[in-house]
Order: sequence, then structure tokens, then C-alpha cells
Amino acid sequence: MSPAADLPTTDSFWNDTGRRGVAAWIFSTDHKRIGLLYLYSVLAFFLAAVILGILLRLELMAPGRTIMGPQTYNAVFTVHGVVMIFLFIIPGFPGAFGNLVMPIQIGARDVAFPRLNLFSWWLYIVGAGIILASLFTGGGPPDTGWTFYVPFSSRTGTNVSLAVFGVFVVGFSSILTGLNFVTTIHRLRAEGMTWGRLPLFVWSLYATAWVQILATPILGITLVMIIAERLLGTGLFDPARGGDPLLYQHLFWIYSHPAVYIMILPGMGVISEIMPVFSRKPIFGYKMIAFSSIAIAAAGSLVWGHHMFTSGMSDNAILVFSFLTFIVAIPSAIKVFNWVSTLYRGSISLEAPMLFSLSFILLFSIGGLTGLILGAAATDIHVHDTQFVVGHFHYVIFGGAVFAFLAAMHYWLPKFYGRRYAEKPAIVAWAMMFVGFNITYFSMMVLGMKGMPRRYYDYLPEFAPLNLASTIGSWILVAGLLLLLANLFRGLLKGEPIGKNPWGAATLEWTTTTPPPTENFEQEPVVTHGPYDFKGAGIP
Amino acid sequence: MSVTLHRDYAGAKLGMWLFLFTELLLFGGLFLLYAAYLARYPQEFGAAGREMQLAFGTVNTVILITSSLLAAMAVTAIQRNRQQAAFRLLVGTILCALVFLGNKYLEWSIEIGRGIYPGSERLVAGPPGESVFYSLYYLTAGLHGLHVLIGGFFLALVAVRVRMGTIHAGDFVLLENGALYWHLVDLIWIFIFPLYYLIL
Repeated sequence: MSPAADLPTTDSFWNDTGRRGVAAWIFSTDHKRIGLLYLYSVLAFFLAAVILGILLRLELMAPGRTIMGPQTYNAVFTVHGVVMIFLFIIPGFPGAFGNLVMPIQIGARDVAFPRLNLFSWWLYIVGAGIILASLFTGGGPPDTGWTFYVPFSSRTGTNVSLAVFGVFVVGFSSILTGLNFVTTIHRLRAEGMTWGRLPLFVWSLYATAWVQILATPILGITLVMIIAERLLGTGLFDPARGGDPLLYQHLFWIYSHPAVYIMILPGMGVISEIMPVFSRKPIFGYKMIAFSSIAIAAAGSLVWGHHMFTSGMSDNAILVFSFLTFIVAIPSAIKVFNWVSTLYRGSISLEAPMLFSLSFILLFSIGGLTGLILGAAATDIHVHDTQFVVGHFHYVIFGGAVFAFLAAMHYWLPKFYGRRYAEKPAIVAWAMMFVGFNITYFSMMVLGMKGMPRRYYDYLPEFAPLNLASTIGSWILVAGLLLLLANLFRGLLKGEPIGKNPWGAATLEWTTTTPPPTENFEQEPVVTHGPYDFKGAGIP
Repeated sequence: MSVTLHRDYAGAKLGMWLFLFTELLLFGGLFLLYAAYLARYPQEFGAAGREMQLAFGTVNTVILITSSLLAAMAVTAIQRNRQQAAFRLLVGTILCALVFLGNKYLEWSIEIGRGIYPGSERLVAGPPGESVFYSLYYLTAGLHGLHVLIGGFFLALVAVRVRMGTIHAGDFVLLENGALYWHLVDLIWIFIFPLYYLIL
């Protein structure tokens, strides 16, 4: 896809001379092209996993077997989770918007290691290919759940080894993106771009990148151990041979809890960019929002044990992990309060990016507060492994991270295409998604409270009405999503042309031409004001 | 598109150091399991550890430390513009890596001959802690061996470029990063050696 020819795009990155056709994309080291490669790759996997999600909801529409049996159901929820988490939302923000926007926001011409950046995308594609191959070869798609818990994952006859290896490769890609971004943010800031003038999206990516660097290797070694368990028979997690399955859970969550912050932190960064622009007011509490990103990354790395309250840890460990989990709520709340304070006496303009951001705050708050119910050991034991967990998780990751991703698509993609979407259909799509979302996942939380377990294809008749509601909600949600994507991409290709700075934002990406030129700026920018200093940027 | 040469040595080294952190953490998972299982099976770990072939471990430690010294000397040589010396020192480093791997092959052949490998009849029948010890040993040392192999390949590429003159006194960050990686491989062995061969 490329913007129409009548735009003044002679020096835009779309007209980059050099390789032609597909090769101009898949071998490009331009961070913007790599960003778009990531965007379309992750969106493709997102849509595939959405279809799986819809199938899961269809199966649960009525008790008993509806469209699939238990083994298929196990495989579908496993693949839904693996694809959504490892192929969409973890690589999504850093890969797509981190690449597209971050170098321009700090006034750089590209990332620190452009070829490594391209290599990361290739690793991602290879890993994704391996995961896809695992679905159709060997014993068929894995049926372990995305957590690959032992002992089941070391014994099941399905193709776990190959899937796990694919996730390992994708993890390596994530590590390389993280170290690329940390180096970029340290070394390539433009003159005058001090740490105190860094846009909050960059701060959030910086915190995310550290989590990617420090946590992902632990996932790597854990996955290697599953493969060794299956292929070599190491027995390290096999109780019959002296191993301890609980240690697997520790290792897995040492990565996978911080990974939740890889998913949500950049989303929070997006919200911090959009709030001030659409409130026409500098962000409230810049320093605290920047600091809270680092605090969430740090504290979030110490709370993995709260996934294991019912696994047989000692009471002391449960107490400590429960306490640390509550600590994470503090920096999260700091962000929410600062966003809300930014709105206060602002001149609020309810355009699509802002509506997604406002609903992010609400949905993320619900997700965060229900997280505390799970973080407190006493209540967790009641709702552990029920639909409540599924509802909570989707409030944080779908209502949070994905809504922020959609906000980012509406906010930033017009800059790179030079055209914008139509406003009204975008708002209708947002409203449908917001309503559908709440029907789908709030029903799940209520079902969980009533005791419906997760990961079963069948349930007791008393759970039928809410399950039906949830399934109908999922249709509204997906209809909204399809409308949103159709309107957005139609607009990017055929919509109204936009100028340099359609939203009136003060960050650097809006000072360069639309679409940006290959190395981002005609002249290297010198930064003289903060990212939300609208007066300093001369924006009325 | 204007082509501008952008060289940022500090950036390249920062990136390498971050990568080394991730390698440490990768092995960290295995060391974590070692700690947890040592606490659970002190007797079995002790008995198994005393059966390890100390001679192989010791010789390999000396070889790796020597190779690290040679790699460091190669960096100094290139800084002093002694291209030929740097090349020879790198070849020395790679030879050490090969000897290390050869030793590992011999050591493992003997172990496997004694019926000690993951999932072997002897280990499955023996006490659980012993099986855990050897499985961890094979995984850790195997992963380390893989790193020796990767590091050796990387240094070979660097050596070729030193020979061709594309790495020289004015631009040697690749050599420096290669040497850094090699020191990491060395460093991890410095921890593996006492944990499995010495202290038990």
C-alpha cells in the first residue's frame, strides 16, 4: 500500500530510490519501512487470532459441544494465546510504532543499528513461520495453553517442541529490538533533546526495552529446557526423576509476568502522547509519568509468584509476592491520576484517538483493579483459573494495550501516509468496540465469580445466559473492529490529505514533512522546548 | 538518498554489553536451577560432583583463560597497528577454542561410556538427585559449548577481516566486540568449573 500520487511526496520515504518492489521493503533498513513491515505482520497475526477467539466464543455460546470437541478446543485456545501474545502484542508496539515513531521523536535519522533492526524483523518472521509450521506437522497444534506448563507439555503428543522453538526465535528478535532501542535512546538524541524533554512514549519504550533485554533470556532458557525435556529426556521438571514442576512455573513467570509490561507500557506511552494533544494542555506530572514507567518495569519484574498462589508455594512466599503485586498498583495509579489531571480544564476534543485513549483509562482501570483481586491471595484462591482471570487479562491487554494500539494507529498512521480516515465511521467503530468489549469480557468476569472454570469447552447449564451474552458481545466487538480497519485503511489510501501537524502536537515527528523523508528531517533538528510545551512550539 | 557513514563506537559497545547481559541471564536460569536443586539434594550432588573428571575440567579452564588472554592481546596489537600479530593471536584464540571442544568431546565420550547421559538407564535407576545433577551439567556445559562454537566462528570472521585489512587501528570495534564476547564465554566457564567440578 502506498499513498496516492498527487501528494507532494517527492522526498518522502515512500519514494526512496534503490531496490524495487518487495525487495525495497523486506531488505530495507529504514526504520519507517521496518515499522510498517512489523505493523502489517502483527496485524495479520492479530486478525488470525481474532478468528480463533471468535471460534472459542462460538463454542461457548451454548453448553455441550457446539462447533468443536475438547481436543480441538484445547488447541484453539492455545494457538489463540500463543499468536496473540508472542506474535501480536509483544512485538506489536516496539516493532511497529517504536520503529515508526521513536527515532523521529528523538530527532534521529534512524535507530542505532539499522541492519540489526531488519534482522529482528526477519527473526520474527522466521519464528512465526516455525510456529505456523508446528500447527500442521508432527502431532498437530500444541494443546498446552500458551504457558506450556510441565509436566503436560513434556508429555503431550502434540507438536510442542516446534512451537516452543518458534517462540524462542521470536524472543530473540524481541531481545535485539530492545537492545537496539536502549542504545538508540542513549546515543542518538538530537541536540537539545535532554532526558527531561524525551516524549513520554519514548520513556515508555525505554522502560519496555529494558524489560525485553532483562526478562526475555529467562524465557529463552526455559523454552530450551522444555525442548530438552522432550527430546533428550533430561527429567529436570519430572518429579519421578527428582525434578520439580514448580521450578518451571517460576522460570516461566519470571519472564512472562514482566512480559505483560512489555505489552502495556508502550500503550501507556501512547496515551501520554494523546492526552495532552487532545486536551490542548501540557501533560500533568511529566516527571512522575516518566518515572512511573521505570517503576512499573522494575516492580513488575518482582511479582511473578502471584501466578502461583495455588501451585503449592510456601505461605511466606505468597505473602511477599502478594505485597509486591500491590506495590505495582502505585505507579499505575500515578499514571491514571496524571492523565485525568491533564484533562482538568483542558479544551477537550473528542476525536477518535482521544476516544480510544479515554476508554483505555476506564478499561485499564477496571483491568488493574480486578488484578488486585487476583493479587490478593485470599480472593485469588476463589477465582484462580476461572473465567474471571480471562476477563481480567483481556481488560488489561485488549481494553488496555490493544485499544492503545488502535489509538496509535489513528494518531500516527496518517502522518506516514499523508492522508487521514473519516471521523464519523471511526467514532461509530469505537462505540461498537467499546460496547461489544464490555459485554464480552464483563460477562466473563461475572461467570468466573460464579465459579465457571477457564479452558473447558463445556459448562453447567446455569452459566448459559451470560455465555450467550458474551458471545453476542464478541460479534459486536469484531464488527466494530472490521469497520474500524476498513475506514482507517480506506482513509490512509484515499482520504483527505493532511499537513505537517494535523493534531497540533508539539513533539518532533510533527515538525517534519508529511510523509517524513527517508532520513526523517531536512536538517537535523535542535530541540528548544519540551514535548508538550505547545506555546514553545508556537501552536495556538 | 544520501549515504552518510555513521560510526558510533560507544554505541556499538553499549549494544554489545547489553547483549552480554542477556547471555548472562540466559545462563542465569540454569544457575538458578542449580541453586534450587543443590539445596534439595546436597548429598547426591556431592556424590555426583566427586565423580566428575577433574583433569578435563582443569585443563579446559587453563585453555580458556589462555584464549581470553590471546584475544585481549589481539585487541592491543591492533591498537598498536600490528595487523599481522593481531591475526596470529586471533588464530591462537580459535585454536584454543577447538582444543577446548576436543577435550569436551573426549570427556563426554567417557561419561557416556560410563552410562551417564540424560535419560540413561543408569541415571533413571539411580537416585533422583544424581539424574538432576547430570542433566543440569549436560545442559549447562552443552549450552556453553555451543557458545564456544559461536564465539569461535565469530572470531574467525573477525580474523579474516583483520587479514583483509578491513579491521585496522582506525576501526576495530568489531574485534573489540568479538573479544568481549569471548571473555563472556570464558567468564561463564569460570563459574561452571567450580560449581560442577570443584566445590562439591
